[in-house]
Amino acid sequence: MTPRQVARRLAYTAFMAVVLAFFAVPMLWLASAPFDSDPGLGLRWPDWTLTNWQVTFEHPYALSSLVNSVVLCVVATAVTTVFATLAAYTLSRVRIPGRDALLYVLLLLSSVVTGTAAMVPIFVMMFQLGLTNSQYATGLVIAGGLLPAAIFILKDFVDSVPRSYEESARVFGASPTQVLLHVVLPVARPGIATILVWAFVQAWGNFLLPFLLMRDVSSQPAAVLLRTLRDEGGSANLTVIPVFSLLYAIPVVALYLFVSKRYGFRFHGGIKA
Amino acid sequence: MAGIELAGVSTVYPNGVRAVDALDLTVADGEFFALLGPSGCGKTTLLRTIAGLEQASSGSVSIGGADVTRLEPGVRKVAMVFQDYALFPHMTVSENIAYPLRVRRAPKPERAETAARTAAGLGLAGLLERRPAQLSGGQQQRVALARAMAMSAEVLLLDEPLSNLDARLRLEARTFLKRLQRDLGLTTVFVTHDQAEALAMADRIAVMSEGRIRQLGSPRDVFQRPADTFVANFIGSTPMNLLPAQVRNGRVEVAGAHLDPGGPHPDAPVTVGIRPEYLHEAPEGITGTVSIVENLGVTSLVTLECPQDVTVGLTVPEHEEPPVGSVLTVAPRPGRLLLYDSDTGQLT
Repeated sequence: MTPRQVARRLAYTAFMAVVLAFFAVPMLWLASAPFDSDPGLGLRWPDWTLTNWQVTFEHPYALSSLVNSVVLCVVATAVTTVFATLAAYTLSRVRIPGRDALLYVLLLLSSVVTGTAAMVPIFVMMFQLGLTNSQYATGLVIAGGLLPAAIFILKDFVDSVPRSYEESARVFGASPTQVLLHVVLPVARPGIATILVWAFVQAWGNFLLPFLLMRDVSSQPAAVLLRTLRDEGGSANLTVIPVFSLLYAIPVVALYLFVSKRYGFRFHGGIKA
Repeated sequence: MAGIELAGVSTVYPNGVRAVDALDLTVADGEFFALLGPSGCGKTTLLRTIAGLEQASSGSVSIGGADVTRLEPGVRKVAMVFQDYALFPHMTVSENIAYPLRVRRAPKPERAETAARTAAGLGLAGLLERRPAQLSGGQQQRVALARAMAMSAEVLLLDEPLSNLDARLRLEARTFLKRLQRDLGLTTVFVTHDQAEALAMADRIAVMSEGRIRQLGSPRDVFQRPADTFVANFIGSTPMNLLPAQVRNGRVEVAGAHLDPGGPHPDAPVTVGIRPEYLHEAPEGITGTVSIVENLGVTSLVTLECPQDVTVGLTVPEHEEPPVGSVLTVAPRPGRLLLYDSDTGQLT
């Protein structure tokens, strides 16, 4: 290697180290701060203790907010996955005039008219329906926001599943329900798994809609509660926040690992993994 | 066992394409029947109409004497093997084969037993627990056949059964399919665009074009006496010579030669059809200069440049190829010269 190459190699390595550190610091903080007797916003070797955990568990809303989050996300994810699968299958297989236009309008509206833009009408509607402070109702609203994109992604996926699978099953006498259960769902499973995780992550991290629709602190999910974790003086409660953040991060990681192991994410369309 | 009867069947797609056009056809019980034609001729649509995957827009489809025109595919007692085999990727070979029984909610032991028995009959015994992706093309095809057989249907439909196999395997599969069909005695209809496949396997062939049957007959009929110039062009691995000619005073004038039409024929402009295989060197006949010699293995295809800008092909046995540039006179074997009406293209 010439000195020039060595210098380039060194510069590259140094650059990568900085980039890596930039992304690693918050992770390391998340791993160390919950166990530090005096957690701060900086990163340091912790002075080991479990007091933070005890304080968090004794917090009146911390654990219940995580349960609220789970309820809300299960509703949103289940509704999104089930309806997106059915809609995507139908839109992929049934020829109706204006189908593509419908899909693009759906996608366009969902990305242009975001939750933020529709905030006031959504609140008014839910308030008049008496559905505020309900995890189920909020989950439904979130699912409504996720469905267009989910349908769009899944429809593309179902399009790539050869029709001859279904036709073959029909020739052997399978009813439409049997075709769906025996053939379409198993074949589309990687796509459905992707949508499932995606919907869960979106719902888990959603702040605005629960913040808007859940005025009662005891019914708020974790994403909203995190913002209110302050001590009496109004500054961030650094005893509870690190532990709470760690707990908040676990379900998404766990779900991802579980689904990836059970169903396997695969690349589709051109790339064969 | 059952024959198939189609009466005036038309299949029109929603976009107005008339894929099958008022077609009448009877396939006898136990017959091995080929639908042959170029792509887009409606042969696959016809097969799908028999299977019930497409609805006949008019006409009627009967299987075993029962009208099934408006029946769902599953109750027609018709099994089908798709061009891509359509083996379910998430099921094992055994589950795939037993799928028709699973649909009927047969108990698991019965399913496994049927799968094992059918698979053994097709030489798949050791592969029952594999997934389709772990099989070779030939094995996949046999699994698809086993699955169709497990349905114990009365009619077997095969869509381009050999097109997904490589050339060498194709020959083996051809023999295999023919033997299997004969052993099972199942009424079998298969679609192909390969005339050699149809000639080799079928008891009878329907040559299709534009949704209609152009000729229906045994492989021998179709090869020796094509009903029109379309069929003549389509059948045969070396293209048939179709030469402009004129019948005058009971003789055929073609490319500067006078040939015997093999029977009385009124004076008229005609198209002469002669297979390259049926031409041989003769003292009298069409004379031309050898321009190209193509080696086909046992024979060679010789192209002659003849008067009036006509080219004529003929096959010669190996080691008898004439040198390029030499002059050759050739004549058809007696009775092998076909005359087609030059306007309608029909055999006269």
